Amino acid sequence: MPASPSPGLLDRRLLFVTGKGGVGKSTIAAALAMLAADHGKRVLLVEVDAKGNLTDLFERPPVGFKPEVVAPGVSAMTMHTEASLQEYLKLNLRVPVIGRIGPIARMLDFVASAAPGVRELLTVGKVCWEVRESIAGRADWDLVVVDAAATGHIISQLDAPRSIRELVQVGMVREQTEWMADLLADPEITALNIVATPEEMPVSETIQLVDQARTELHVPLGAVIVNRVLPELFTRADEATYNALREPEPARILEAGVGAGSTAVLDAARLAVNLRRTRATHLTRLRAEVDLPMLYLPYLFVRGHGVRVTRMMATALGEELGL
Amino acid sequence: MSPKRRGDVDTDAPTFESLLATKEIVIFCGSGGVGKTSVAAASAVAAAVHLGGKVLVLTIDPAKRLADSLGLEGIGNLEKRVPDEVLKAVGLEPRGELWAAMLDTKQSWDELVLRHAPDEETAYRILENRLYANLTARFVQSHDYIAMERLYELHESGAYDLIIIDTPPTRNALDFLDAPARMAEFFGGRLLRWLTLPYRVGGRRGARVLNVASRPFYQMADRILGSQFLQDIAEFFLNFQSMYDGFVTRAHAVERLLHDRRTSFAVVTTLEMAPLREAEFFCEQLVDRKFDLGALVLNKTLPRYLLDDDGARAATAMCDAATDVAAPLARSGVAGLEDEARDARVLRTIGESFRNFAVVAKREGELRTEIRNAPDIVVDVPSFDADIHDIAGLVELGNALLRRPTAPDQGRA
Repeated sequence: MPASPSPGLLDRRLLFVTGKGGVGKSTIAAALAMLAADHGKRVLLVEVDAKGNLTDLFERPPVGFKPEVVAPGVSAMTMHTEASLQEYLKLNLRVPVIGRIGPIARMLDFVASAAPGVRELLTVGKVCWEVRESIAGRADWDLVVVDAAATGHIISQLDAPRSIRELVQVGMVREQTEWMADLLADPEITALNIVATPEEMPVSETIQLVDQARTELHVPLGAVIVNRVLPELFTRADEATYNALREPEPARILEAGVGAGSTAVLDAARLAVNLRRTRATHLTRLRAEVDLPMLYLPYLFVRGHGVRVTRMMATALGEELGL
Repeated sequence: MSPKRRGDVDTDAPTFESLLATKEIVIFCGSGGVGKTSVAAASAVAAAVHLGGKVLVLTIDPAKRLADSLGLEGIGNLEKRVPDEVLKAVGLEPRGELWAAMLDTKQSWDELVLRHAPDEETAYRILENRLYANLTARFVQSHDYIAMERLYELHESGAYDLIIIDTPPTRNALDFLDAPARMAEFFGGRLLRWLTLPYRVGGRRGARVLNVASRPFYQMADRILGSQFLQDIAEFFLNFQSMYDGFVTRAHAVERLLHDRRTSFAVVTTLEMAPLREAEFFCEQLVDRKFDLGALVLNKTLPRYLLDDDGARAATAMCDAATDVAAPLARSGVAGLEDEARDARVLRTIGESFRNFAVVAKREGELRTEIRNAPDIVVDVPSFDADIHDIAGLVELGNALLRRPTAPDQGRA
């Protein structure tokens, strides 16, 4: 077994949550926020990949750039780079007339779509700013949880302050990148967490991202959160018994006892065992190649979604973290 | 070129098979993790095997084992034929040819620049520009655009009867649709001309003219970004603009191809809430924007027997009366069943497991009945209990898409 779960995870100030699409990244980010709030923290949850459905996980209507309370102790906001830029310009340029921001914002927006990193910088910049303000006592967040870009884009997102610094030699943008990079690199403050499911691509992308993060990125890694882990149905001896049940004579006895549906139940068990087995090989690979703390969350056999699922995940996370 | 018809197709009702048989391009889209790449590759295998013709699958980011099984390891942008022997080895007699290629974003961009630059010197000035390297590697939309551009190029070559492509993993899986138009707009935009103005006037590239540069707008831009960066950007775009005409003409051609009736889209999703909502949105968007929405693929669905009432009753009996059911089993004399307590435990376990999976299957069933904006062709693909990572797996998946049985000597044992 690799390192033990990291108890200090919730004691940091800024948690990024990434992962391949479809692994449950947003749910985990929401559950982390809920768990931290359960422990008395005031949490800001930031949705970066603006799909606008993060608040579904709290059964609340969508939120905008301005944080709104979505659960006790949890406020949420959706990232808008334009809004972030406007805010930045107002704070830093002290442009007196709002009207003048328009053309400059358009120009910068244009540069943002052309020059790599500018858009990402506006995203990460806003997040870092909230953290810095909180540390300085000017904002209320004990913890900022970011439902960040997926594994394919997270490096360019988090590396934006550094890559911009390489491109921009002077000017205000460059000055701003320094403190951001410092904040992102501080292991007391920041952790990048990766969500994976025990499947081939999510595991491969996690391994790759951990490697890349260590070589290219100056952001400390937190935990790998393994989502949708299927339960082990049988011990070896129990499985032998299960196999015996499939033989003709026992199958007949079973059908006589429980009815014609016995075949479906036996088939479903086979499916469960095979799914678990396939996933186990990926899990083994993940454990062998990644030496980060791992948190395991069960596959939830539940109907529906929403706040109830978020709550279940928060509880499971709390157990894994020993809280 | 008129639409071709390959293979024997029942023309009465549209099927996924008829879609593959009549279109020249099928673009697979869907949110991350739904199995887009596997479904696209399986469709290509199925088309090549059952419908014939020369079929190419252009894949963006395949899992390593899948790429290996198609022989895609380290071949860059080159298209490669999957040898017939590979298909014969899994019991198939292909009617057509299966080709595969992977998208190399950087290489594709370089080729594009070399093609459109007015002269070699300009081409190399662009290729060596710092911004260019960053732009092609990281600029998110550049991925989308180059995938469509490459698709256009392959189609234009006329070498293939059917091209199947899976779309890049993007923040919004439909971004690629706008990519050609946005590219054209970007390079033709007024703002770009404005931004590069100080560097264009005065006859010589890079020569700054004071009276333009001293305008408040440029002063402000200078203050924020620094003049060196602005100059880098301007120089890059000035060079890039020399390719403008070729580039924009091409972007429009790519856009036309995507709208052509020979091109169709297949949206892939699982029956989970979030991917399905996104799939519905894609379907709606595709129709609104007058693209041809060909099919909706419901991937990795749980087997129907989990919805079986008899199954539910049997599972309940196994959970609630495990000991009663176990007693005759323990007496049967079959090896492995002697221990009545263990039999009862196993019965409870499998009964419970059935009920667990049945909950998920029911949820899937409910989601299936309320799908909005679905096209005529909706295909269910069962969840295979092992990964799709080899030709045999693709064959099985392809057969499910085409609703053809997998012969005992085909696919996996």
